[in-house]
Amino acid sequence: MKSKTKSIIKNQFRLVIPSRSQNEAFARVAVSAFASQLDPTIEEINDIKAAVSEAVTNCVVHAYPGDTVGQIEIIARIMSDYRADNLPDNVFYIRIRDKGCGIADIEQAKTPLFTTCAEGERAGLGFAVMESFMDKLKVSSKIGGGTTIIMSKRLVTKQSV
Amino acid sequence: MVEIKNTGEHVTADIKGDIDHHNAANIRSEIDAVLENSTPRVLILDFAGVKFMDSSGIGLILGRKRVLDGFGGKLFIKNAVGHAEKIIKMAGLSGLILK
Ligand SMILES: Nc1ncnc2c1ncn2[C@@H]1O[C@H](COP(=O)(O)OP(=O)(O)OP(=O)(O)O)[C@@H](O)[C@H]1O
Ligand SMILES: [Mg+2]
Repeated sequence: MKSKTKSIIKNQFRLVIPSRSQNEAFARVAVSAFASQLDPTIEEINDIKAAVSEAVTNCVVHAYPGDTVGQIEIIARIMSDYRADNLPDNVFYIRIRDKGCGIADIEQAKTPLFTTCAEGERAGLGFAVMESFMDKLKVSSKIGGGTTIIMSKRLVTKQSV
Repeated sequence: MVEIKNTGEHVTADIKGDIDHHNAANIRSEIDAVLENSTPRVLILDFAGVKFMDSSGIGLILGRKRVLDGFGGKLFIKNAVGHAEKIIKMAGLSGLILK
């Protein structure tokens, strides 16, 4: 039988930045610096960096195309997941939200190599990177209303925080 | 930033720093400036100095490969380790990696 999980937020931060390409590096470094509280492996930190970079770049390139600049909101959380009879697991949670153009067909957008922007030398692999480097990925979107990406990753941390 | 070595037949581009969407445009135009004046048989992208890469790096590789395909040149990737290698393999580009 699957036991119930109780999640507790141990720490969190919220960051709101304009969708300028200079902020792609800032966002991934800020989130990974926060995640380092969990004493992650280099591999885990690099997975998180790449996933954040993909999600934020999508806001810069697709959500607010051309010269449009809009807001990107990033929330990162350090969570403890308690399951019966187990020590808690450390889970790193990230939510990245824009109020841009939205995605018409999410399943199609997530298909590897699908891109609406081939002329900009996009490979159509952003969602594939997020999906394979994080444990969970949830995308919700509304045309004209924006897109929210929620990702999480269970970290093989040496101690609980 | 890119450091280019050009022998005419072979061009090697040592890419340094982060390959993300913000930096890719500059890296691209530095390499393409060389490809405008010469048609090397081989272009090698050297990833030894790459600190970070996301899918923008795949766009960069495939874009240059298209330029070389245009005149029958070949593109190879050298010294990609860690996450850069992981993403290159995920994109199905293992065949371009020089052993
Ligand atoms: N935040 C967003 N707002 C609007 N559209 C988006 C957003 N994120 C993704 N998309 C759409 O989903 C498609 C696939 O995204 P994905 O990141 O997988 O590939 P890409 O951005 O096109 O290329 P790459 O990430 O490899 O450079 C995009 O081409 C775009 O049409
Ligand atoms: Mg993308």
